[in-house]
Amino acid sequence: MDMKATKKKLGLKEKYAHMTRGLGWETTYQPMDAVFPYAKFEGIKIHDWERWEDPFRLTMDAYWKYQAEKERKLYAVLDAFAQNNGHLSITDARYLNAIKLFLCGISPLEYVAHRGFAAAGRNFPGVGPRIACLMQSLDEIRHAQTQIHALSNYNKYYDGFHDFKHMLERVWYLSVPKSFFDDAYSAGPFEWMIAIGFSFEYVLTNLLFVPFMSGAAYNGDMATVTFGFSAQSDEARHMTLGLECIKFMLEQDPDNLPIVQKWIDKWAWRGIRVLTLVGMMMDYMLPKRVMSWKEAWEIYFEQNGGALFNDLARYGIKMPDCVKQCTVDKEHISHQAWATFYQYGGAAAFHTWSPTDEEMDWLSAKYPNTFDKYYRPRFTYWREQAEKGNRFYSNTLPMLCQVCQIPMVFTEPDDPTQICYRESEFKGEKFHTCSDGCKHIFDDEPEKYVQSWLPVHQIYQGNCFTPSANPADPAFDPMLEVLKFYNFNLGHDNMDYEGSRDQQNFNTWRGLATKNV
Amino acid sequence: MAVNALKEYSFPIIDGADKFHGRQLLYVGWDHHLLFCAPFAYCLPPDTRFGDIVEKMLPHSFGYHPDWQKVDFSTATWLKSGQPWQPDMNKTLAELGLKHKDALRLQTPGLMGIGGSCS
Repeated sequence: MDMKATKKKLGLKEKYAHMTRGLGWETTYQPMDAVFPYAKFEGIKIHDWERWEDPFRLTMDAYWKYQAEKERKLYAVLDAFAQNNGHLSITDARYLNAIKLFLCGISPLEYVAHRGFAAAGRNFPGVGPRIACLMQSLDEIRHAQTQIHALSNYNKYYDGFHDFKHMLERVWYLSVPKSFFDDAYSAGPFEWMIAIGFSFEYVLTNLLFVPFMSGAAYNGDMATVTFGFSAQSDEARHMTLGLECIKFMLEQDPDNLPIVQKWIDKWAWRGIRVLTLVGMMMDYMLPKRVMSWKEAWEIYFEQNGGALFNDLARYGIKMPDCVKQCTVDKEHISHQAWATFYQYGGAAAFHTWSPTDEEMDWLSAKYPNTFDKYYRPRFTYWREQAEKGNRFYSNTLPMLCQVCQIPMVFTEPDDPTQICYRESEFKGEKFHTCSDGCKHIFDDEPEKYVQSWLPVHQIYQGNCFTPSANPADPAFDPMLEVLKFYNFNLGHDNMDYEGSRDQQNFNTWRGLATKNV
Repeated sequence: MAVNALKEYSFPIIDGADKFHGRQLLYVGWDHHLLFCAPFAYCLPPDTRFGDIVEKMLPHSFGYHPDWQKVDFSTATWLKSGQPWQPDMNKTLAELGLKHKDALRLQTPGLMGIGGSCS
């Protein structure tokens, strides 16, 4: 016998209430504190989870429908890209090295973000943030997938795209973004929300995605532009969630302010250090440039971020102290980073090269205070030597910062000719950091950062060789063995772009497409 | 400050002196020569003679720089943890009191890198 339904469809408002707030309940078999053990230890006091304002009124069924529609379009464009040899429409194959860095360093982090938001959603007792975190968690895994799919097309033709997951967990420069997310993921749910939800997704996201997506558009990379567009509406939602989260914490209890401020200070600095890689990409890796790192910093951080912090001032939140140092650093870090990859280009899974005269003139115009004085002599010398067959590859491992894990390449805030050394002691051991910002983070939680998996130290401990490596063999070459452990295709993934297989193939294929052979 | 955690938070230091099979880390940077982007890290037995580092290892790492030929170790100065420090070339790391993860800075007055740019 059929059940008689009283009403076929719920109204929008009812549906929204049932499918968001209506999904939560007070547990009775177990106390709420036992079900949500991570909710209180960080010291954040929440008195009323019902005061959480849903920053976007989205229910799960609408989410699926909407995202499915977007992905149908995305995959249609990706198919067209593959079928029309879209890879030959980019400005130059040099550009793809920025995309290799993105695939190895950023896309796997989307996956970690998925896990982190899933964990935060599990650990918050309030149903509002649980639903929001669930949706962001799904967004992040979709982004990881769409990026991997979009970029997989390049893997058919070019080197360095073949093993991003393996590399993320091993390669020295990928430990920088990896450790950033591991640091956030191993914190409590509230710190995660400030670290990733607010600092990364709100304050810094425009400095990551806008440069990569406009870089892609300027350089004819339709695959990347398409996943960028597809992710854009999600990113807007993530920004709203980050902002709602911080406001909610601050409105719930005045005692939350110093904790939140400490996390903002820490995660702004952590994030900005990771963005050094983006600065390098913008200033050195794009054949057709969008804007300089310094200009991007001024627009997206100094102007937009400044407005945000003015808005948060009514809660007592202050601009992080590290901004003073960043104002100095914006003129330096991209050059310091490219110089680093240039000299360790033998140990990177992407190509590096000397900037041309025209590119150096562009840098000089964009960085009138610093480029000619400090950096042009370096790049010019290397290029002259390379032309004589003496291309510089550093043969000794660098010292790393214990916190950001970047080699100690950064200079003193008041002296760009002097490497910045900072040192701490903990339990009788020394720990070195690259800056006041990283030292401060170390000193605040030394027990956490003494566990940092620093690639250089791991190599020296003998933990970075393949099982078949035999250190007793007289022909044992430790550096070569480390690169095998990284699963690089030696001689193809690494070294200079000039003379690389990517360069030869791209020029040949594009020649076939545009010339009569 | 201690890590704020649910349970006791205590984990081994993964880069401690006991983890390098009897060797120790030593960092050496060369001031005003940023052609080398960062100080170098060496992993050495404590009975390594300091002179061997200066005569064999540093030339291998820094020899690419045109200034390296001009370095005069009789006038060069050193800093350890930012403080003046005087090595004896015939002593070992252990005899010189160099500990695991000590950081040295080599200073060569008068040598200012490529074209005086500190590169």
